[in-house]
Amino acid sequence: MKEPLGTTGLLLNEPLLWEKGKKGRRGFSLPPRDIEPAHLDKEFTGEGPDFPDLSEMDVVRHYTRLSQWNFGVDTGMYPLGSCTMKYNPKTNERQAGLSGLSTAHPLLPASLSQGVLKLMFELGKHLSEITGMDATTLQPAAGAHGELTGMLLIHAFHKSKGTQRSKIIVPDTAHGTNPASVALCGYKPVPVNSDEKGILSLAAISQVMDEDTAGIMITNPNTLGLFEENIRGIAQTVHSKGGLVYCDGANLNAVMGVVKMGDIGVDVMHLNLHKTFSTPHGGGGPGSGPVCVKNSLEPFLPVPRVEKRDGQYVLSEDYPESVGKVLAFYGNFGVMVKAYSYILSMGPENLKRASQLAVLNANYIKEKLKGTLHLPYDRPCMHECVFSDKYQMANKVATLDMAKRLMDYGFHPPTVYFPLVVHGAIMVEPTETECKEDLDQFIETFEVIAKEAREDPDLLHEAPRKCKVRRLDETTAARKPCLAG
Amino acid sequence: MHLLPHTDEDIASMLEAVGVKDLDALFSTVPEDCRLKGKLDLPKALSEWELNHHMEALSSTMGVSPAYKVFIGAGSYEHFIPASVSYLLGRSEFVTSYTPYQPEMSQGTLQAIYEYQTLIARLLGMEVATASHYDGAAALAESLLMAIRATKRTKVAVSGLVHPLYRRVVQTYFEPTGYEVLELPYLKEGVTELAALREMDDLAAVAIQSPNFFGCIEDLEGTAQAVHDTGALLVAGFTEAVAYGLLKNPGSQGADIVCGEGQSLGIPRSFGGPGLGVLASRQKFMRSLPGRLVGQTKDLDGKRGFVLTLATREQHIRREKATSNICTNNSLCALAAAMYMASLGGTGMRELGALNHDKAEYLKGELKSAGFGITFDRPTFNEFVVEFPPGFEVTYNHLLEKGIVAGLSLAPYYPELANHYLMCVTEIISREDMDTLVREVKS
Repeated sequence: MKEPLGTTGLLLNEPLLWEKGKKGRRGFSLPPRDIEPAHLDKEFTGEGPDFPDLSEMDVVRHYTRLSQWNFGVDTGMYPLGSCTMKYNPKTNERQAGLSGLSTAHPLLPASLSQGVLKLMFELGKHLSEITGMDATTLQPAAGAHGELTGMLLIHAFHKSKGTQRSKIIVPDTAHGTNPASVALCGYKPVPVNSDEKGILSLAAISQVMDEDTAGIMITNPNTLGLFEENIRGIAQTVHSKGGLVYCDGANLNAVMGVVKMGDIGVDVMHLNLHKTFSTPHGGGGPGSGPVCVKNSLEPFLPVPRVEKRDGQYVLSEDYPESVGKVLAFYGNFGVMVKAYSYILSMGPENLKRASQLAVLNANYIKEKLKGTLHLPYDRPCMHECVFSDKYQMANKVATLDMAKRLMDYGFHPPTVYFPLVVHGAIMVEPTETECKEDLDQFIETFEVIAKEAREDPDLLHEAPRKCKVRRLDETTAARKPCLAG
Repeated sequence: MHLLPHTDEDIASMLEAVGVKDLDALFSTVPEDCRLKGKLDLPKALSEWELNHHMEALSSTMGVSPAYKVFIGAGSYEHFIPASVSYLLGRSEFVTSYTPYQPEMSQGTLQAIYEYQTLIARLLGMEVATASHYDGAAALAESLLMAIRATKRTKVAVSGLVHPLYRRVVQTYFEPTGYEVLELPYLKEGVTELAALREMDDLAAVAIQSPNFFGCIEDLEGTAQAVHDTGALLVAGFTEAVAYGLLKNPGSQGADIVCGEGQSLGIPRSFGGPGLGVLASRQKFMRSLPGRLVGQTKDLDGKRGFVLTLATREQHIRREKATSNICTNNSLCALAAAMYMASLGGTGMRELGALNHDKAEYLKGELKSAGFGITFDRPTFNEFVVEFPPGFEVTYNHLLEKGIVAGLSLAPYYPELANHYLMCVTEIISREDMDTLVREVKS
């Protein structure tokens, strides 16, 4: 085996912020006071917050040390299934940091905000083109927020027909947020199981679809990394009963330029700009979850919408059937800049190639590892593949143990124990930005780990050994929560 | 293509390993009638150099400082951000990591968010705070839904002086739920009228913003009393977090849940997003909180460490019974806020709060002396309402050409307030800028 990536190095301990500092230090150069103090009655004023006073260097060392305890895509391979942890081009950060874009006030008159309005107008158009839909809102702040927006649109659609419905079909291969998004809109999720091939059968949908069902929320490709082959038939069935088809587009990275969801029966879908369109995930956001719709749902999109009138871009509220607003302003504009910059950097050919290579990388890993790890659905996959710990459980080594051992070798673990349809799931999404040598090293590492599982299982039970901390006591953390210091 | 690492040779050998003849053949499970026949109609790829020019051209059309003096706040504030904060926030170990599901590899994010939760709780006088929400408006909607869960009641009352755009977000979230949103009117002093509370039954929460949309400081203590008398929870909102460097925090005045927008704390305005939804509460409501929470624990060796916790409230465990559907939140913005609060310290927050207040008072005084009406008597923080003479739009547009954005017209939000403008002054507006503004509006 090549020399493992994981090694030991000097990490520094760092206390909590308030365990350092001294009253009277400062890490901030306040703009000058060029006016006199003004009176404010004591009944309104407090003592000021109980924060530690730190010097600039205290703060810089604190966060530099903390950052070194973290692992990001820039550190190494991060094959977290369904999360599309592709490389985040640095040019995106530069563009989003341009002062005209990053410091613009959201309520500026349109005459002073043509650049940002044009960017939003064009990004919306590009996303509609990529998905084959008719219109796009950029307002939702993340994937789950896009799901909620999509459900609000479906709700508004049925309301406009004068017949509200009470259920939404949610398959077992959908994303975990889907049932919660459905419930937020007052709908009851109706579970449906995938078939022995790991996809939805027409029969299963026909059985549950009725005239009290508002629609279906389908993840395509699904969370097993499989394309829903019966999507056209399913859409037809749902439409024939007056329902709508929602597509969770978190996995769009598999099919850009290959499939347009709008062409195959989808009425509404969300995208995750922080997955498919290369904007960084930031340790848990900010993301952006645009929602693309067909004409039938267009009147209900959130406001304001960017329009072009006589060559000028304007924000228009003039949509009386709109669901309203899901954020105070227009969405996570800073994230939109990065996605726009990515689409322009790639162009149509490279976007398609990115999807092809993402699918190639996932199939390569699937083929190379399927003897080492149990592969419950041995079929061509899309951008991710799902294994299980069935072989290793013979030695009482579980998915979690292998995940933790991967860290010692310098890889971020895949998504584990999801999707729920596979017991002990290991969901690997390499993305297109990983090169063959890195995939080979990942594969080889998993082979070594499988060997360790047979020969020295405790090595895995005790992993990780090379991280800043060892396994953490999550049970006590939940039982006796300590959420602030 | 520099973002795709595969050589032709790599592709050939990998295709062979997979057992398919070309890249198109990888999509054999996609039925023929589902495949796109043509090409995507998108602009052709730009080199990085070309992209820079394209983006700079877009950026250059914008009315931003230093060329423009923008006297608008209204939920988005320009505060000075030290280079150290922007620099540290760019550390790619923070930027390019995912939600910290694997704590052993994410202690940096986890400790930083734990510290953020602590600083926010201290700033607002609360006991617990969440890891972050999308923005102040979404945090308000989630807070009200949380109050409904906690009290098992079905109505909420929202002050008419809560940011008008936030109230619209609440309407959107509540529309399909069947829960009712009532509105409280405002008094001529510029604060919320509470008299109507007595007529309202089954209230889960009353939401008040302070400083409110007119910039006025509400009587939270008195409000808390009136709200608690109805058995409802007081949800105290804010759009300007810097205010709590100077003002009494909402927790000390009886708020049960505090929510708002944290953009002021070191996050650039970025045309309104990403911002930072802040949500904090009393300990007793901890298990009703929506969203991510980081907790302290120990590792196998007894060493201090941090994990995402109380996941049984969340969508991936509780599914449709979750306290929220939120997954990706605004973690990096929370990190920015923590870095900013750490840089200021308690002393700096206090000084910054006072400077904002005093500068706004200066402009208020100068406008008053120039003969313009200051509409509301109530003390304000860094925003206030001024009445300009009828026909002021002409002057306003004229000033735009001179690089001055003279506040926000209130008429679209409050039709009864024609010719009234909401003015904002932060520490980055100089006395000279304010003197120029007053001179120009007078002439």
